[in-house]
Amino acid sequence: MTYEVIGISVLWLFLYGYLIVASVDFGAGFFSYYTKRNNKNHIIHNIIQRYLSPVWEVTNVFLVFFFIGVVGFFPSTAYYYGTALLIPGSVAIILLALRGSYYAFATYGAKESKFYTFLYGATGLLIPASLSTVLTISEGGYISVDNGTVQLLYGELFTSIYSWGVVALAIVSVLFISATFLTYYASRAKDEQALDLLRRYALTWSFPAIGMGIIVFFLLSQRNVEHYQNMLDLWWVFGLSVLAFIGAFLLILKRKSYGTAFIMVMIQYFTAFFGYGAAHLPYLLYPHLTIYDGFTNETMAISLIVAFVAGLLILIPSLYLLMKLFLFDADYVEGNKHSGI
Amino acid sequence: MIEYDPVMYSRILTYVTLGFHVIFATIGVGIPLMIALAEWMGIKRNDPHYTLMARRWARGFVVTVAVGVVTGTAIGLQLSLLWPNFMQAAGHTIGLPMFMEVFAFFFEAIFLGIYLYTFDRFKNKMKHFLLIIPVVIGATASAFFITSVNAFMNVPQGFELVDGVIQDVSPLAAMFNPATPTKISHVIITCYLTSAFILGAIAALHILKGNKHVYHKKALHLTMVAGAVFAIGTAVVGDFSGKYLHEYQPEKLAAAEWHFETESNAPLILGGILTEDNEIKYALEIPYALSILAGGTPDTEVIGLNEFDEDLLPPLWVHYFFDLMVFIGMFLAAVSVLFVAMSWKKGWNPFNRPLTWMIAAGGPLSMLAIQAGWVFAEVGRQPWILNGVMLTEEGATTSAHVDIMLILFVILYAVLGVTCAVVLRKMFKRNPVELELEKQGEREKTAQ
Ligand code: HDD
Ligand code: HEM
Ligand code: HEM
Repeated sequence: MTYEVIGISVLWLFLYGYLIVASVDFGAGFFSYYTKRNNKNHIIHNIIQRYLSPVWEVTNVFLVFFFIGVVGFFPSTAYYYGTALLIPGSVAIILLALRGSYYAFATYGAKESKFYTFLYGATGLLIPASLSTVLTISEGGYISVDNGTVQLLYGELFTSIYSWGVVALAIVSVLFISATFLTYYASRAKDEQALDLLRRYALTWSFPAIGMGIIVFFLLSQRNVEHYQNMLDLWWVFGLSVLAFIGAFLLILKRKSYGTAFIMVMIQYFTAFFGYGAAHLPYLLYPHLTIYDGFTNETMAISLIVAFVAGLLILIPSLYLLMKLFLFDADYVEGNKHSGI
Repeated sequence: MIEYDPVMYSRILTYVTLGFHVIFATIGVGIPLMIALAEWMGIKRNDPHYTLMARRWARGFVVTVAVGVVTGTAIGLQLSLLWPNFMQAAGHTIGLPMFMEVFAFFFEAIFLGIYLYTFDRFKNKMKHFLLIIPVVIGATASAFFITSVNAFMNVPQGFELVDGVIQDVSPLAAMFNPATPTKISHVIITCYLTSAFILGAIAALHILKGNKHVYHKKALHLTMVAGAVFAIGTAVVGDFSGKYLHEYQPEKLAAAEWHFETESNAPLILGGILTEDNEIKYALEIPYALSILAGGTPDTEVIGLNEFDEDLLPPLWVHYFFDLMVFIGMFLAAVSVLFVAMSWKKGWNPFNRPLTWMIAAGGPLSMLAIQAGWVFAEVGRQPWILNGVMLTEEGATTSAHVDIMLILFVILYAVLGVTCAVVLRKMFKRNPVELELEKQGEREKTAQ
């Protein structure tokens, strides 16, 4: 494997990590808001709070990792995407900032208010929508590069079916991933009522999620034929993804092993995400920038990879400790041990 | 109407974001250390007051961390959005410490989550104390890495520029440049100093309001002892920073000191104003002091502004920011040392009103010194974004609409800042120390 491919794989892995943990978080925000409106909030409120409180900051770091890592491994992305994305990037920052801080304000400080919950629910759907446009833009045709000036073509972006398809896919995926995870968490907490409700949400959002995935797959053929062809060549990866989905769906339907079901969902998205990414290569921004011409120098690449491995050696045991204390400690999950500040 | 200039707006927006972030970042680096000190004292002296102190500080800390994290995320992304050309160059040379900074955050975030939710979970109190150590290390390490990036901007090294292309990169040489030692140590120790003073100011305000609870006296004592150590350290490292500037960025030092002609036995100029033809009026001159700050001896020759190209000089108003920082540094050192001395001596009352008032003022003043120091350091580097290599205007974005983004972000920070203050006030008002000590007592009784 070349350094370029190692670099992009590492970054893609972090983006996948963010996709999963952030989806759980974003979806939880939406369900929390939605149930409040239907007076069902008491059913799932505790489950959501108990899971989210210790981990929300960790979620954010996955994203920071990705965008700082991209500039380290592929400095030219800063030039292209940085110039083009000023407005959508700033909007995403503002949404993330509101969400993160108001979550903390509501949880640790003030009493919960309708406004906080609304903000939390709304940003939960708007952030994935705005972040997903970066992937849309990478397909090409949404950015013009004329002798040194890079511009985002807003008209093109807002009128393209593909771009709206991706937004829809992002939103339904968030809801599906989140619901399957929370179903599992509720089952560990032995909270039957919450389990029932969340399981219903998981089933509701399962078909929209897979359906949008398939629709976007085919919409791509109109946007970027080369990428689409590459994806067809990797058809078996996407086949695996669909199989994993079917597995997860059946398990949840039959009320069996919710943990395995969630792992299946993770596999479903892992295969689809990496299939999509692998087919996208070598382009970072079609057709202007590839991983080869945007790459950093070799010394920097080696030191980043060394730092990455050293960092993982510290992080993996720490993450393990976090999961052991909050995710797999039955007492904590069941709510017998809530010893917050 | 002023003509739209993306460079100007990018500079202002960068300042707004960094200036806001650094308030929370400073607290974020320093407070974990103070929490660790309090918890340690609680265990060693078996004193529930200190344990409660750690807990209350931690509770306030979570709220400020949240704002630190979101504004940090903002600046991280904004650097690419506003300075794409700079980041393209910086990615090649300084990507390593930026990458490592994120690892440090990650590490800190994980243990902070664990620490906050395990206050009553372990039988052995030492176990819980140990969990704050990684938070302290992670926070300080992130300051270390990000400041090394800023040090690189002041003394870029570890690469060759051949026809505008960056070659022969050595990431470690870029990270450990001549500015690194003084810059990092000064930034880290001032974070500690400021945090000690902010917590001290809160205790001082309670005492001034007539609250007689010994909890506040203990808090004031703990923070001022720590503050005295950090204040002396700050002055010492500040002195080294002056020597560093003399050696590597003499134009910054000369601008800060309105030092026009190269000479030895140079005086330090405090305050004053500058007339049209660069004459200094109403200033206090301390003979030889500038030479001593720059080289340690009165006969050190200090390079003056006359030796530099006029177009490449920073604005001379940085002088006021430098003076403000140094003045506050002296003030903080005096106040905290006086407090410590008075608590040593039998019969003296360190909790007298004038001194307590000065400590209360020290909290906001220390934060002001942080702001002043950064404005001095960053504006003093102008017109360069990478000193001697890339001009600020070459690094900036060419996008339209930076002005609208500036307005949006100013609104965002105003809203975040106000809400954060309101939430913190409510949190502690609703739950005063007395009430919490009662609850803590009951909890321990039922546990037995
Ligand atoms: C509580 C905050 C605080 C206090 C009391 C002081 N400083 Fe400071 N100073 C900073 C906070 C700061 C800072 C915000 O951390 C800076 C800005 C950039 C940097 O490297 O650190 C800084 C920069 C800075 C620089 C510029 C370094 C550079 O550009 O590389 C010098 C020469 C000094 N300081 C010197 C001093 C002296 C002689 C002080 C006397 C006591 C002093 N500082 C007190
Ligand atoms: C010297 C000045 C700075 C100091 C001391 C500092 C320190 C900190 C601290 C303590 C936090 C809170 C992290 C936590 O508690 O988990 C933070 C957040 C953050 N800072 Fe800064 N920072 C500084 C400047 C910058 C700059 C210039 C950048 C941009 C590259 C930056 C990027 C970030 C990011 C991305 C976060 C959020 C990390 C997360 O998601 O946890 N910081 N910073
Ligand atoms: C956290 C404390 C910091 C504060 C308060 C701060 C403050 C400032 C200020 C006032 C400016 C505007 C200077 C001018 O345009 O006249 C500036 C510029 C800038 N700073 Fe810093 N800075 C901090 C740390 C950093 C760090 C650690 C980095 C590196 C990652 C950094 C990167 C930049 C960049 C890229 C610019 C824009 C170019 C320029 O105008 O010089 N800053 N900062």
